[in-house]
Amino acid sequence: MTEGIGARVLRKEDKRFITGKGKYTDDIKMENQAYAAFVRSPHAHAKVTGINADAAKAMPGVEAVLTGPELVADEIGNIICGWAVSSKDGSPMNMGAWSALATDTVRYVGDAVAVVIADSIAEAEAAAEAVEVSYEELPVVVGSVKALADGAPQIHENAPNNMIFDWEIGEEAATDAALAGAAHVTKLDIVNNRLSPNAMEPRAAIATYDEAEEHYTLYTTSQNPHVARLVLSAFYNVAPENKLRVIAPDVGGGFGSKIYIYPEEIVCLWASMKTNRSVKWTSTRAEAFLTDAHGRDHVTTATMGFDAGGKIVGLKVDTKANLGAYMSLFSSATPTYLYATLLSGQYNIENVYCNVKAVYTNTVPVDAYRGAGRPEASYVMERLMETAAREMGMSPADLRLKNFITEFPHQTPVIMAYDSGDFAANQKQAMEAADYAGFEARREEAAKRGKLRGIGFSNYIEACGIAPSAAVGSLGAGVGLWESAEVRVNAVGTIEILTGSHSHGQGHETTFAQVVADRFDLPLDGISVVHGDTDKVQMGMGTYGSRSGAVGMSAIVKALDKVEAKVKKLAAHTLEASEDDIVIEGGAVKVAGTDKQMLWHEVGLAAYLAHNLPEGMEPGLKEGAFYDPTNFTFPAGCYICEVEVDPDTGTTEIVQFVASDDFGTIVNPMIVEGQVHGGIGQGIGQALLEGVVYDDAGQLLSGSYMDYTMPRASDLPSFSVHHQSTVCPGNPMGMKGCGEAGAIGSPPAVINAITDAIGNNDLSMPATPSKVWAAIQAANAATAAE
Amino acid sequence: MFDTTYHRAASVADAAETAAKADDAAYLSGGQTLLPTMKQRLASPSDLVDLSQIAEMQGISVAGDTVTIGAGTPHADVAGSTDVQNAIPALAALAGNIGDPAVRARGTLGGSIANNDPAADYPAACLGLNATIVTNTRELAAADFFEGLFETALEEGEIVTAVRFPVPSRAAYAKFPNPASRYAMAGVMVAQTGDGVRVAVTGAGNDGVFRHEAMEAALGTNWSADALADVSTDADDMLSDMHGSAEYRAHLVGVMAKRAVESA
Repeated sequence: MTEGIGARVLRKEDKRFITGKGKYTDDIKMENQAYAAFVRSPHAHAKVTGINADAAKAMPGVEAVLTGPELVADEIGNIICGWAVSSKDGSPMNMGAWSALATDTVRYVGDAVAVVIADSIAEAEAAAEAVEVSYEELPVVVGSVKALADGAPQIHENAPNNMIFDWEIGEEAATDAALAGAAHVTKLDIVNNRLSPNAMEPRAAIATYDEAEEHYTLYTTSQNPHVARLVLSAFYNVAPENKLRVIAPDVGGGFGSKIYIYPEEIVCLWASMKTNRSVKWTSTRAEAFLTDAHGRDHVTTATMGFDAGGKIVGLKVDTKANLGAYMSLFSSATPTYLYATLLSGQYNIENVYCNVKAVYTNTVPVDAYRGAGRPEASYVMERLMETAAREMGMSPADLRLKNFITEFPHQTPVIMAYDSGDFAANQKQAMEAADYAGFEARREEAAKRGKLRGIGFSNYIEACGIAPSAAVGSLGAGVGLWESAEVRVNAVGTIEILTGSHSHGQGHETTFAQVVADRFDLPLDGISVVHGDTDKVQMGMGTYGSRSGAVGMSAIVKALDKVEAKVKKLAAHTLEASEDDIVIEGGAVKVAGTDKQMLWHEVGLAAYLAHNLPEGMEPGLKEGAFYDPTNFTFPAGCYICEVEVDPDTGTTEIVQFVASDDFGTIVNPMIVEGQVHGGIGQGIGQALLEGVVYDDAGQLLSGSYMDYTMPRASDLPSFSVHHQSTVCPGNPMGMKGCGEAGAIGSPPAVINAITDAIGNNDLSMPATPSKVWAAIQAANAATAAE
Repeated sequence: MFDTTYHRAASVADAAETAAKADDAAYLSGGQTLLPTMKQRLASPSDLVDLSQIAEMQGISVAGDTVTIGAGTPHADVAGSTDVQNAIPALAALAGNIGDPAVRARGTLGGSIANNDPAADYPAACLGLNATIVTNTRELAAADFFEGLFETALEEGEIVTAVRFPVPSRAAYAKFPNPASRYAMAGVMVAQTGDGVRVAVTGAGNDGVFRHEAMEAALGTNWSADALADVSTDADDMLSDMHGSAEYRAHLVGVMAKRAVESA
């Protein structure tokens, strides 16, 4: 078995991607296709006092101009947040109304006001500019702290002081008492910078209405087409589920931003019915910056207390989370259950308390982005640990060693029950790979070249899988977070895996097939993966939160168990042997210790011919399964970053980046390493380069790649990626998840390294040359004053 | 993009004539600024007059102490020219570090200086090397050509056809790129020329490319990085934006000037 679990198999899907043969939503062309162009608010906050579309409607090629009041008249529902989070006083969250096209108020620059449907993109865009919208500007607030202040502009009537919820977790009084008795207290003010997701393929949709069947088909860039169909049907009232097919074909990256159902997809569906034409919309990059859900944007004060020996006694965290102008689909869960539940980190902490205030501002909605809450948590934990070690004069590695959780299962004070891990082993592996012992010599050598060299740790833990369904339901989730799979063995022995997971870069067509190849000792060529189409795949929850391995593959394993049982029963019957003696290997189903066998395809054929089946066995060889996990999974690891800073310009060069991850069982090490590389690249992007900037009037200043800095190859080192795994006891394959770890673990390692190099802890992300230079000047001034 | 009428000009005279007849023409050279602007519907010229195929605006020649570069010459050609590399290595290096390979393949010298982006590299080369800007109607000293942010002395319809660079005794350009756009946040050309020491700064000043007279004086006395140690740059004259404060840019001007002198 060279193509099974653990094999570095090249990706089956790459042939079509690298030869330009992928089929993305924008590649799909329908007969009688029209194009949508959206009229968007140029103001961050305004009353819409009038819309005059007469001139636009008279322009060449224009089929229709549609507005919010017409959408409401057709009873298209408001966009909702699907996870109910209550305030600490028990009151429900204050969800403001979000219509796919604004009815009376716009709340961020880019808010959709009207849509033009026309024969060509150029005609649609020209007419969109001709739609006259009258606005009465309202005062604007952009940042979460200002939005909570007395007298701040009010964004939604039902959210006084722009507060969506005031949520807490943990025991405040006990934590306060622990901190009061601490021998040492480390306190940090932390901003987790706002990010734009920047999938390579921008969002797109093409909707078709079949008048005769009263049926809709939507091709769209979704990470979860079944969830999209469910929400479009149940909440947005577009069509009943049996009259709506959603297809997510090849999708070029998501990073969370394609989980949600945005106004544009809803409007394309509705407009296809209004105009009886296929309606297509493909986001421009400028629209993507304005309207794709942003990530992060936390303002946090964190206090950690230690006893005289360096043991953590308590952690108190206060976070203001900017959710933008409206609540996106999972926006409430990201800064609460995906964030504060990780605030025990890898450490034994008796007392943890966190208060999170979620806040409306006049900015684009904020939701989950690669890591979703967990990067924010690891950044809080690992900046605190490194800073505390420096303040207490301890080695950052020793401080962590002293506090690691070493026995499992481990119940933290913030809901999570960690099931496995060996944090010290990951740290040891990373330190050896990084030659930590040789660092001081390297620092001295760099100093001779005029460079400031620094090193930083990040010992992250995260939670994947988001499960079990009953547990997330009790925490407010509006969905179950299981996954489904169907394994179809065809009459010729080839196999199709139908999965509710969705691949938009993860390589499922390879790794899922490897699991099947491994089970039945078959070549990969005969195994295909089907996903992304609600008419083909039974049901599914999609791909996000690093869940496709731990949850999606587990569902496949459950279906494989059923297939294997049936194969053995059928073979035992045909070969006149006991089921217990049947083995599957080498492309055949054999009676162990004999020369009696059926070739694999003969079993498939026998199942479908059904000429000679055991008593009571149904024909066919196709089994399905739903898998609901018993717990989250907990990937963890130790990252070490080493930098050199040019004190003259503030430029940071990452000279070494080492990762030691615990992902549990690994199906394809090459793909996992790629995921780690990409995740670390995004994490370094957040730490050094990327940041969304709005001005005080709510205009997006970082609205193009001229101002929003994406990581380039030249910004990144060659990564040193290692694994030191413990098996996850919670799922059949022992998998933990690897898709987000790099982005979760890397930012604090980078910032800890830079602050070590420059001798100033007061540094915020992105640590641009300008900011690093200013921090060096401040450190020099402080030294001079001493 | 709005509808526009495309013309491929065969000669400089043809280009000027075609543009003069149009309602609202724009000259198209490499299109690295104009075309993205049009695609964003922020520019809507009635006619595009393409200068890129005009033979008389192409090419590089060295005669005596002067390097003449046709305005339609792409950056990559300047960077790769052994003539330029031998005569003014600083100029070849500057051209080879503009934008990215795609930009260098299409963007042209004439297009860059006619646009006069305050963060573009070529204006610093022209001003620092005391170049002469040749147009279809006249010749201008670089100092008279650049007039602030995106402003030049070009008249309506006037076309830059070539730039003449006197060969300096030594020169170097050092640039600190904007992390996102790779335009200059501070780009400094230092040169010893027949006209004395010249220091031209791009990317940093709030009124576009400028000569740094204090640095010129210091280097005129003592051509060394140390001579710049006590020369400051007034932050009040610097740009400030999300990528860096005026103070930071003022500091970078000093750092880049020293690095340029050291490598000249």
